[in-house]
Amino acid sequence: MFRPKYFFTPLLAFSLLFGLTACGGDDIQTLTVYSGRSEKLIGPIFEAFEASTGIALEVRYGSSNDLALVLETEGDKTPADVFLSRSPGPVGYLEDQNALAPLSEDILNQVSAGHRSPDGNWVGFAGRGRVLVYNIDETTEAELPASVFDLTDERFRGQVAIPGSNSSFQDWFTIFRLRNGDDAVINWLDGMVANGARFYPKNGAIVEAVGRNEIQFGLVNHYYNFQKVAANGDAQRSANWGFSEGDDGGLMIIASAAVLNQSDHQDLAQELIAFLLSDEQQTYLTESVYEYPLAIGVYPAAVLPDTPADTVGAIPIDDVSSAFTRTMEIIEASGILDQ
Amino acid sequence: MSEPIKQTVDQPRVGTGRPTPALTFVALAIAALFAVPGGYVLWRTATAQVDHLDLLTSAATLDPLWRTVQLAVLVSTTAALLGTGLAWLTTRTDLPLKRFWRIVVPLPLVYPSFVGAAAFLSGLTPGGIVHDLAGAIGFDLNLRLHGLFGAWLVLTLFTYPYVYLPVAARLAALPRGLEENARLLGDRPRTVFRRIVFPQITSSVAAGALLVFLYTVSDFGAVHLMRFETLTQTIFRTRLFDQDRSFTLAFLLLALALLVIATERTVARRGARSAIISNQPALQVPLGRMKPLALTAISFVVGLALFAPAISLADWGLFGWLRDQNGTTALRMDWSDVIVPTWNTIWISLVAAAAAIAAMLPIAYLLARHRSRTGDLVNTVVVAGFAIPGLVVALSLIFWTLHASPFEFLIGSLPVLVFAYVVHFGAQALRTSQVAVSTVPKQMDDAARLLGARKFRRFFTVDLPLMTPGLAAGGGLVMLSTMKELPATLLVAPIGFRTLAVEIWSTYEALYLPETALLALVLVGISALLTWLLVVRRASHLA
Repeated sequence: MFRPKYFFTPLLAFSLLFGLTACGGDDIQTLTVYSGRSEKLIGPIFEAFEASTGIALEVRYGSSNDLALVLETEGDKTPADVFLSRSPGPVGYLEDQNALAPLSEDILNQVSAGHRSPDGNWVGFAGRGRVLVYNIDETTEAELPASVFDLTDERFRGQVAIPGSNSSFQDWFTIFRLRNGDDAVINWLDGMVANGARFYPKNGAIVEAVGRNEIQFGLVNHYYNFQKVAANGDAQRSANWGFSEGDDGGLMIIASAAVLNQSDHQDLAQELIAFLLSDEQQTYLTESVYEYPLAIGVYPAAVLPDTPADTVGAIPIDDVSSAFTRTMEIIEASGILDQ
Repeated sequence: MSEPIKQTVDQPRVGTGRPTPALTFVALAIAALFAVPGGYVLWRTATAQVDHLDLLTSAATLDPLWRTVQLAVLVSTTAALLGTGLAWLTTRTDLPLKRFWRIVVPLPLVYPSFVGAAAFLSGLTPGGIVHDLAGAIGFDLNLRLHGLFGAWLVLTLFTYPYVYLPVAARLAALPRGLEENARLLGDRPRTVFRRIVFPQITSSVAAGALLVFLYTVSDFGAVHLMRFETLTQTIFRTRLFDQDRSFTLAFLLLALALLVIATERTVARRGARSAIISNQPALQVPLGRMKPLALTAISFVVGLALFAPAISLADWGLFGWLRDQNGTTALRMDWSDVIVPTWNTIWISLVAAAAAIAAMLPIAYLLARHRSRTGDLVNTVVVAGFAIPGLVVALSLIFWTLHASPFEFLIGSLPVLVFAYVVHFGAQALRTSQVAVSTVPKQMDDAARLLGARKFRRFFTVDLPLMTPGLAAGGGLVMLSTMKELPATLLVAPIGFRTLAVEIWSTYEALYLPETALLALVLVGISALLTWLLVVRRASHLA
């Protein structure tokens, strides 16, 4: 007969033991990284860093917003040295909390001014373009809109998916708003809702829905369609459209890296960020993960559409928290989340 | 139409004497630990720089609150009906393949909300494999799965096990004497169920429905995918940039939960309890002409809740495997990506389940054997832990460990992770433990005492064996929940501790769907195995 006490007691003892011994220190230099970028995409870079420097990395993966919250909650007791964020929002928030250490000039100068914090506390290392994904059986390239503002036209009625609650969309919408003013973007979003735009929770869900012709268009990051095509080949019936040159619909969102104030390993931490921006790793990011490289002198993979003209990091935001709160107010008030 | 014959069934078990100081102290100490997340929410709300009244009465709050209540009431009602019906079918009838059903019926609980809903959605919508298979045999599944209907359907199918497991455990353990007598006196099976059986399972049904309610109000994944704006969506969206609002809304969620917990406690008190006095198998009802109908119904529910998502997952997984085999795209994982997380998932969920039972037992004794204000307080605090979103539980524990306790050295260690699981899911084992305690006949304990057995010996030789099916059912719920837990595992676990849920999330985020699917199938497989080993065999040794 199964006796719980004989089974569970050793397990419990083992777990306590394991938990406590895990705290023991060692001599190898170790950096702790909180990564809002997926392990599947960025893990190989970490492995290459460990191999080439001998520094061990401990990486906690999670969503960027959650990790920023954890960093704020941990405060001066955080074990983290480096924070990688999927977009400038969460790092900008921590910058406002004075939780970040300034990066060296060498690192900052590896990217153009639009791809780093105006205050020098974080730097972009990879970009994702905002695009309109469309079903290639239903729409020809000639019929595609030149501007994101055209999507309120009657011919797009009921055919555009918007990931209103998605953080990439909010990143994009915040910059879109700061560039065009609240009135213009409120009009646009209200127009989208009036035109029957549909709310989808995730970029991936939109690309799938467009692929199976549940809806014809969607505002997403370029990355998702590349992954779907890589997995499904010709069976994937969707493609990306980056709007015309310089249109706000095609802004770029940049993944950003920062060093925590509290880190006892400032130099090693900066070394990791420099490694992310090295030619070799930037090439990996664009050739294998289909992102836009940000280090000056590295070119995007040939399969990618032209580099979007502008980036989300390009506009200095004084108070990230209130900028995003205002963005959410507008998105909620538009009613898109109920569509 | 006569009244249920309650007075003969009811035994004066509650309210017999005051609890010992030791028991009260232990229960309060456990409750204090369970109060960490709720206390954190309360503190963050109290210190929030917002006009609370204004925020709580604005349409931006009341609309999602109303949707949350609608959804939670609908889901918990249907899950209660479904769970009870399935429990009755698998324990008290001559349904064919009962062993099989007992293993598979509780399993939908193990789908991580997001992946389960995604698989369900992609399988049932046009172009999905389940939709096409159904089309091939002549069914046109033209479902528009979103909004209230979609969220209700998915959540009901994934949460009815919260009702099923405790009710099945209770049904299997009910003494047959009363039912036999009623039958001999000429009552038809339906009347027997209404007059004898139902009053005895009311508290289990209410307890399960409460868990479903709390799960629904704190769920994020399924409602998000179904595009249904509930309170958790607002909490989630504002969690970083507008924390004051986020925490104030989490507090509102907590208040809603407290209200419902109080209601359930009242319902549960009215239910009848009888002690187990024999180890005879429970009475079976022959289904007769209803057998095909019953078989169709259970197949339909399990087919929809367990196999429809599983088929979608198998479809994704098979696609990836085929491409791997023919050399087009290699699968981006190897055996070590499966084995280590599988082992971690198994043992951490078992430890969490055992710890939860250990934490719940003293409280169960307090609640089942004594009626006290302390008991009510402890009950409320413990159950409320389940209504707090996992992310908030994780943050509160990080804050508490680092800044408000002497346990700073434990941060990022497994004990904190187990603590997080127990605080979040312990409530799932509370009611079943409580029912288990209340079914131990006092006479047996007294007899053992007369024979000279000391307290601990009596506990291990008399109480524990009798309580095992109930405890196993509660532990099973905690185990299945822990296996799929994500936010606390990501944020609180030691860095590098990988579970299947973490791997599933990580591949899903990168849109590696074949890998996601294979890992999710492994998760379903091992949960089936563990459910069979630890819950089904426990619960059925009486049936």
